[in-house]
Amino acid sequence: MSKRRVPSPQWLLVLPALALLTVILLVPLGRSVGRSVGAPVWTFEHYKALFTDGVTLTVLGRTAATAAMVTVIALLLGYPYAYVMTRVGPRLRGLLMVIVLVPFWTSVMARNFAWILILQRNGPVDSFFQLFGLHVVLFESVSGVVVAMSQVLLPFMVLPLFSTLSSIDRRLLLAARGLGSHPVKAFWRIYWPLSRGGVVSGVILVFTLSLGFYVTPALLGSPQESLVAQLLGQRTTQLLDFEGASALGMLVLVVTLVLVAWANRVGGTISAIGAVATTRTEGRR
Amino acid sequence: MTAVLEKAPTRRERAVDAIPWWLKLLAGVVALYFVLPTLFVIPMSFSTATTFQFPPKGFSFHLYENFFTNPVWLDALRNSVVVALLASLLATVVGTAAALGLHNLQGRLARFARTLLMISIVTPAIVIAVAIYISFLQWQLVGTLAGYVLAHAAIGVPFVLVSVSSALGGFDPKLLRASASLGAPPVRTFLRVTAPLISRGIVTGAVFAFVTSFDEVVIALFLRSPALQTLPVQMYNSVTVEIDPTIAASSSVVVTAVTVTCLVLQFVGSRRKK
Repeated sequence: MSKRRVPSPQWLLVLPALALLTVILLVPLGRSVGRSVGAPVWTFEHYKALFTDGVTLTVLGRTAATAAMVTVIALLLGYPYAYVMTRVGPRLRGLLMVIVLVPFWTSVMARNFAWILILQRNGPVDSFFQLFGLHVVLFESVSGVVVAMSQVLLPFMVLPLFSTLSSIDRRLLLAARGLGSHPVKAFWRIYWPLSRGGVVSGVILVFTLSLGFYVTPALLGSPQESLVAQLLGQRTTQLLDFEGASALGMLVLVVTLVLVAWANRVGGTISAIGAVATTRTEGRR
Repeated sequence: MTAVLEKAPTRRERAVDAIPWWLKLLAGVVALYFVLPTLFVIPMSFSTATTFQFPPKGFSFHLYENFFTNPVWLDALRNSVVVALLASLLATVVGTAAALGLHNLQGRLARFARTLLMISIVTPAIVIAVAIYISFLQWQLVGTLAGYVLAHAAIGVPFVLVSVSSALGGFDPKLLRASASLGAPPVRTFLRVTAPLISRGIVTGAVFAFVTSFDEVVIALFLRSPALQTLPVQMYNSVTVEIDPTIAASSSVVVTAVTVTCLVLQFVGSRRKK
């Protein structure tokens, strides 16, 4: 055996944090895994049930569709915004960056309450459309959930996009224009492909984060059209089906981690989230 | 907005790659979308109404009065402050220690440990909440102060780790050797040399951990008990069960407090940098 290096005493400093994380996250999650395979008797029944009970698959499909809608909206709104950010002066860019971070500052419950106010029957949105003889009540519908979730997740689209778009050499566009290319064509052939890294990482990130939303669909969504997080909560606290809930939780967790790992490989998303996290107070970067 | 609507410059005047007006307009609309919810909560908090009707009727402070006198809201506020203080203290201590430890550690194991400590940031809160709830039931931590503090500290650790690590990035390790060679024991070196130099990172991390705990609602919903619940949970109840517009006042208080904290931190930070 080769000589074993003595662990550095530095590790002693890391231990308390690791201990906390172990007790609060790893052990409960590990026990979830255990429950989901039915310890003490080894079984995949609970996983099989997810795909055969007729409810879970429907809810999973609805959750994925909702997440996809949120992602598309975030991309359609986030891309132009990030683009404009790269093109304005430093002062205005600072302001636009602070505005991006407003959803991070806003308290979760305050924000959800605000969306109830905005989307409810006879609320501002409904009143506006009543002028045209229409009733638009997004409250207690999937659309309302999509609108509210897009607003919260938009920063996760804008921030990776902004960092990718700022690194694109605009002289390439000038060159294309100089050679007679139409601006739209120059955008599609040159700018868009160069921005793809940011697009992919923003898209994966927003989609992934959408999957786990609990409070927004619970408050703004329709009870008949629940999403996976509510199903998870319901199985745990109301049905006390800890095994089924554990299996479903593991499924959500695995899908999330795989997608996040992918996004991370594409665009260094984990560090991007870290940066986002710190910008919550630091304002701009 | 009016500038956007002015006559567009002629083709000759336009710079080669000026931002088209419709893009500016779109960016303006998106900017509005970002701040929209905040714009609704504060006017609502001065309403005289007893429902969620918007636009608010009349003008009064009665929602604030109710928030600061009703024992249900006051207790929830106090619980949240206590939990957030203890959780951020714990997260800051273990997170700072971990950042210091990992700063000079290299290799696979150190990278793994860092990832592990960051994992709660990307784990859906609902999955954590369900797993914690099931385990805490058995450990009899549901509805207890210790349960809230431990859970919230664990989700606060990544924020401390990130901000202290980034502060350590600009730290010159020669100072440690200088301090040691002058005879200072490690603890004194930390207190007199390291801590002051990374204090901004520690404070930032602590504030994050505090705000994260103070605002956390998903895990708190699962850990709540009739005897002990936090402010976001009471806000949740006020929407789902009670239809109590006092939530508008509490939202405004929370939003204002968080924004002021962030701005102060920003101000302190930018002054320190110069």
